[in-house]
Amino acid sequence: MPRSSLTGTRIRERRILQGIRQSHLAERVGISPSYLNLIEHNRRRIGGKLLNDIAAVLNVEPSLLAEGAESVLIALLREAVAEAGEQGVEIEQAESFAGHYPGWARLVVAQRRQIAALGRAVETLTDRLTHDPHLAATLHEVLDTISAVRSTASILAETREIEPEWRDRFHRNINEDATRLAEGAQALVTYLDGASDARRDVQSPQEEIEAFFVAHDFHFPALEDESLTPEEIMHDASELVSGSAVSQALKLLRQYAVDAKAVPLAELRAVVDELGPDPFRIAVHLGMDQGVIMRRLAALPELEAGLVACDGSGTLVFRKPLPGFPLPRFSAACPLWPLYRALTRPMAPLHMRMEQQGRGTVPMGGSLFDAYAVALPKGPATVNTDPIFEAQMLFLPVPGEEREVWRGGVVQVGANCRICPRMECHARREPSIIADGF
Amino acid sequence: MGKSVLLIEDEPNIIEAISFILLRDGWEVNTHANGQTALARIAEKKPDVVILDVMLPGASGYDILRGLRAEPETHDLPVLMLTARGQNKDRDMAEKMGASQFMTKPFSNADVLEAVRSLVGS
Repeated sequence: MPRSSLTGTRIRERRILQGIRQSHLAERVGISPSYLNLIEHNRRRIGGKLLNDIAAVLNVEPSLLAEGAESVLIALLREAVAEAGEQGVEIEQAESFAGHYPGWARLVVAQRRQIAALGRAVETLTDRLTHDPHLAATLHEVLDTISAVRSTASILAETREIEPEWRDRFHRNINEDATRLAEGAQALVTYLDGASDARRDVQSPQEEIEAFFVAHDFHFPALEDESLTPEEIMHDASELVSGSAVSQALKLLRQYAVDAKAVPLAELRAVVDELGPDPFRIAVHLGMDQGVIMRRLAALPELEAGLVACDGSGTLVFRKPLPGFPLPRFSAACPLWPLYRALTRPMAPLHMRMEQQGRGTVPMGGSLFDAYAVALPKGPATVNTDPIFEAQMLFLPVPGEEREVWRGGVVQVGANCRICPRMECHARREPSIIADGF
Repeated sequence: MGKSVLLIEDEPNIIEAISFILLRDGWEVNTHANGQTALARIAEKKPDVVILDVMLPGASGYDILRGLRAEPETHDLPVLMLTARGQNKDRDMAEKMGASQFMTKPFSNADVLEAVRSLVGS
C-alpha cells in the first residue's frame, strides 16, 4: 500500500481499507461527517485527542497516522548510522526496519542519544581538566606557593649562620605562603566538588532550551495575557539546568513577552484568518517588524509552523522543529536552507518552497514546505559600525491541494550532508552515508 | 669576581628565597617581575645567566626566550626555564625554543644552584 505522509490521507486510506463508512467513523469520534471529510483531504489539521480517538476506531497506533512520525524515526536511524560510521549497515532498509520493528528502531535511536550524551560527558570532563582556566590558574598558584615554601624552608633548615633579620623575614614568608596554600587548597576542593555534577553539562544548553520550549509547545499563555513574568515562568523550568540555558531561555521569553505585547494573540489570529500565514503580508498589514511576526506565528499553536533562527556565524540560536523537517542535533545544517540564503542578502525577505531530502530514495511527497526567511539587523544601529545580522526562517508544510498552485521553483534542501541522498550538490560538505558505493 | 644572574619571576617569596641562596653562593643577583619589559632589562644588565619563569604577567616566558634567541647578542645566553607545569609538552616546547635547561616547580634550592653553576661554569 503506498503510504502518503499526510495524516488525513492516511486516515482515509485506513478507513477505506477497513470498509468503514466516513459517516460511521465521524459518529464514533463525535465529529460531523463534513468535518471528517475536510480532515481526510488534509484541509484541517489534526492532532491530540481526536487523532487518538480515530486511531482507536481504526485500530492502529496513532503514530502510524501522525504526519511524519515515521520519517523522523527513519532520519534519526540514518543519523545514528552516520555517526557510528558503521560499515555494512543496510541503510536502504531503514524504512522497512522502522516500519516493521518500530520498537527496535526507537531503541536504536534512544541508545544513540544516550551514547552521544555519554560522549559529551567525557568530552566535558576532559575539557575541564585540560582547558579549564580556573583549574589551571589555581593549580599554578598552588605550585608556585609550594615552590616558595620549599625554597624558603630549606634555607632555614640548611643555612647554618643566618642573620636574624633574614630569618624573621623567611619565617614571615612561610607563614604568608601557608595561609595562601590553605586558601588555594580550599578553593580547589570546592571547585572539584562542584565538578562532580558534570552531568549538568551533558545536554547542550541548546537542547535544554529546546526541551523547555517543546514542553510548552512553544506557546506561553501566561505571557500572552501578562499573568506571569518571564522570570516567574522560569521558576518552574525543570528542563533548564545549565546557567547558559537559563540565561538564553530568559532572553527568549523576554523577547516573547515583548512580541506578545506588540502583536496580541487575538489580533494575530484575526489577521491570519484574513490573510493566511504569510508573515511578510502580515507585517505590511500591521506595520510591524517581519521578525516579530515570524516569532508570533511560530508561537501560534494551531498553525504548526516551524521556526529556526541563526546568527551571522550560521549557528542555530532558536529551533522549533516540525515533523518531516528534522533539525540536525549536533552537526551543522544544510547550507541550501533559505535561512542561509537570507543571511547573504540582508533585509530582503525571501519566500520560497523547499523540499526536504533525506527521507529515503522513494519519493513520498508531503515533505514540501513554504519557507519565509529574512535577515534583520540585531540591536540598535550604531554610527560607523556595521550591523550584526540575524536570520529567521518560518516554515509551514504545504497542504496537498495547494501543491499544484505554486508556480515558483522548489529548492531542494536536506537536514545535513551525512544523511542527504542528493549526490549532485555543489553545497555538499561531506560525503553522504546514503550514497551508493559507501 | 662574581658572576651575575638575572631572575625573572613574579612570585615575591620565590624571588626572595632564590636571591638569598644565590647571594650566599657569591652571585650578583638582579630581579625582574614583568614579562613585557624583561627583554629590555636583560639588554641593560647583560647577565651571565637568566632564570626565567614561564608564567609571567604581561608576556609568556616562551615569548621572552624567542626574543633572546633571535638577537645575536643574546643568542647563546644561558637560560634556565622555570615552570609550574612539568608536562612533556612544556619541556619539548622549552627545548625547541632554545632553553639551556628546564626545571619544574617545586624545585629544590640545591638543584637551582647546581643548574646555574653548570650553565655558567662550563
